[in-house]
Amino acid sequence: MSNLQTKTREPFLRIVKRDGMKAWQSWGIRGIALLVALIICALFVYTITELNPLSVYGSMAKGAFGTTRRMWITFQDTAILLCVALGLAPAFKMKFWNIGAEGQILVGGIATAACMIYFGEILPPWLTILIMVLTSAGAGALWGLIPALFKTKWNTNETLFTLMMNYIAIQLTAFFVAKWENPIGSNSVGVINPDSKGGWLPEIGTNPRVSPYILPVTIVLALTVFMFFYLKNTKHGYEISIVGDSENTARYAGMNVKKIVLRTMLISGGICGLAGFINVSGACHTISEGVSGGRGFTAIIVAWLAKFNAFVMIFVSLLLVFLEKGASQIASDYGLNNEASEIMKGIILFFVLGSEFFINYRLIFRKK
Amino acid sequence: MNIDSWIQWFQSAVAFGTVIMFGCCGEILTEKSGNLNLGIPGTMYMGGIASLAGAFFYENACAKAGITPNPLLCILVAFLCAFAAGAFGGLIYSFLTTTLRANQNVTGLTLTIFGAGLANFFGGSLNKLAGGVGQISISATSDAFRTTLPFATTWGSIGRLLFSYGFLAYFAVAVAVVMAIFLKRSHAGLNLRAVGENPATADAAGINVTKYKYLATCIGCGIAGLGGLYYVVDYTKGTWANDGTIETLGWLAVALVIFTTWKPLNAIWGSYLFGMLYWMYLYTELFGFTLSRSSQPIFKMLPYIATMLVLILTSIRKKRENQPPANLGLPYFREER
Repeated sequence: MSNLQTKTREPFLRIVKRDGMKAWQSWGIRGIALLVALIICALFVYTITELNPLSVYGSMAKGAFGTTRRMWITFQDTAILLCVALGLAPAFKMKFWNIGAEGQILVGGIATAACMIYFGEILPPWLTILIMVLTSAGAGALWGLIPALFKTKWNTNETLFTLMMNYIAIQLTAFFVAKWENPIGSNSVGVINPDSKGGWLPEIGTNPRVSPYILPVTIVLALTVFMFFYLKNTKHGYEISIVGDSENTARYAGMNVKKIVLRTMLISGGICGLAGFINVSGACHTISEGVSGGRGFTAIIVAWLAKFNAFVMIFVSLLLVFLEKGASQIASDYGLNNEASEIMKGIILFFVLGSEFFINYRLIFRKK
Repeated sequence: MNIDSWIQWFQSAVAFGTVIMFGCCGEILTEKSGNLNLGIPGTMYMGGIASLAGAFFYENACAKAGITPNPLLCILVAFLCAFAAGAFGGLIYSFLTTTLRANQNVTGLTLTIFGAGLANFFGGSLNKLAGGVGQISISATSDAFRTTLPFATTWGSIGRLLFSYGFLAYFAVAVAVVMAIFLKRSHAGLNLRAVGENPATADAAGINVTKYKYLATCIGCGIAGLGGLYYVVDYTKGTWANDGTIETLGWLAVALVIFTTWKPLNAIWGSYLFGMLYWMYLYTELFGFTLSRSSQPIFKMLPYIATMLVLILTSIRKKRENQPPANLGLPYFREER
């Protein structure tokens, strides 16, 4: 017996879970993964355009930050994406797969547009905006609450449920676009209240290249601070992380898991609805399917890559928006289409997802 | 008049259903291994663009050499490209989730974003990069795929109803039937189901869990890639539009998996039913009313609402044979028990 045992060889490669890693080390590994991904992206762009990758990144930077206005539009888009990611963070941290942010943004946007159209030119501006905030957050929260209700009651799969809710919201948007169509036959709503600016988020300051963007960015930054402390320093945040790690543990500890799930999805959907409000009232001033425009999916990446740390999310969303703006700049410079940014997003995420393995595990090779 | 409308409706439902049947069957195979692959829309995109690119380069080469493209070669090139590209998507997914133990949902969504970007980028720029102008078009390949049986035109309504489709439509049905037999009757199918239900037990019984997960995911994604192929060569008749339809269809395919309660045979009628529901807004006059343009979207919600209802009903009834694989979406690492 003992002979047999000594004969079995140690496997060539073993995988052992790490006990833990210092924060700077794990962020260092993610940083390296990001760097490798950016190099691969540069190679990809090079093979397509045959231009010096560095000058391509330079041209991307020009596209994103070239002028004051462009820079602020980049900041505003970052803020909107960040807002969605802030909404998703608590749900994903709780391991509630809320794929439905697209829909939650859209219903928030619809509610906002409705207020702009029906109250924008009647009620005083502060009241309109107050109503818009409440209805958009309410609509988003409702859209998030429905799957959560079924999840808690019958354990209905929330991934697919929230996904279906997206498509219902998209069709709902199409319905309202046809209803509010302006001018008739254009199949779009057009800018709402272009002259009176009723229901538009107010501009701060007098510089026209900066002032429209300040308020959306400020609102989201405030939300970021709130979400950071909400997840890190409150009882709710603690409960969310326990339910996410192990529902059973939460139950043994006497937590009301159902209540936590429902409450968290209300918040998650509500913030996504607010993102719709910020986009409609603060940025595009109209309603279309483009109000969500894939942000609901991209934001999942933001929240996940940042490990739900609200401040890290700022940088991740800035990076993704930079890629988007940069890619559309390349596209217009070289006559390609701007989907290249989606490819880059994919490559970056693949690498960072893969790098998590090296943060959680270490490899032990057989000793000779 | 009425019968014509019914036939037209059914025909468009079959064309629609074939795309999602491929995606659905591929995803069933993948999910049976315990992998919840949300990258199906992405792999369908990749299959679509790869077949388009393959056929495009083949037809271009033929045009340069001054010969007419061989229909059989057209079919072979497009088919292999689509399957290989889909399987490649599955390989990325498997490597990240099985080997590197990344989260399945996030990896799948990334694959969808990546595949959609890849396809829309090259779909929009391929012709330009190759030095051409205008829209990309692969008419020879598309014609080869859309060749119908001769009875289609001579057998009247029956011919139109049953025989008016390209061979991929029948191939999809064949894939569903073969998969049903494979899962239910074969030894490998039994092993695969064991992996999806309880990988630890399967592992203890000597089944190579990693191998099964890899193979099921890659082959499943290859099959889903064929959905993209059918979309490009038949549904849009050999052109490309960046309108996101494949993504919509891909998510419907994922939804259909639930609708079928993980049974490939149900995918056959389920996909056609989804097709009927999807196109219903164009055919409401058969039921005696016409839709205004603003009420059309309400009818376009039907397939999604149907899926939600099935999702809810299966979760309420909890019949054992209608449940997803027990380990679906969960990772399996031998060391972590």
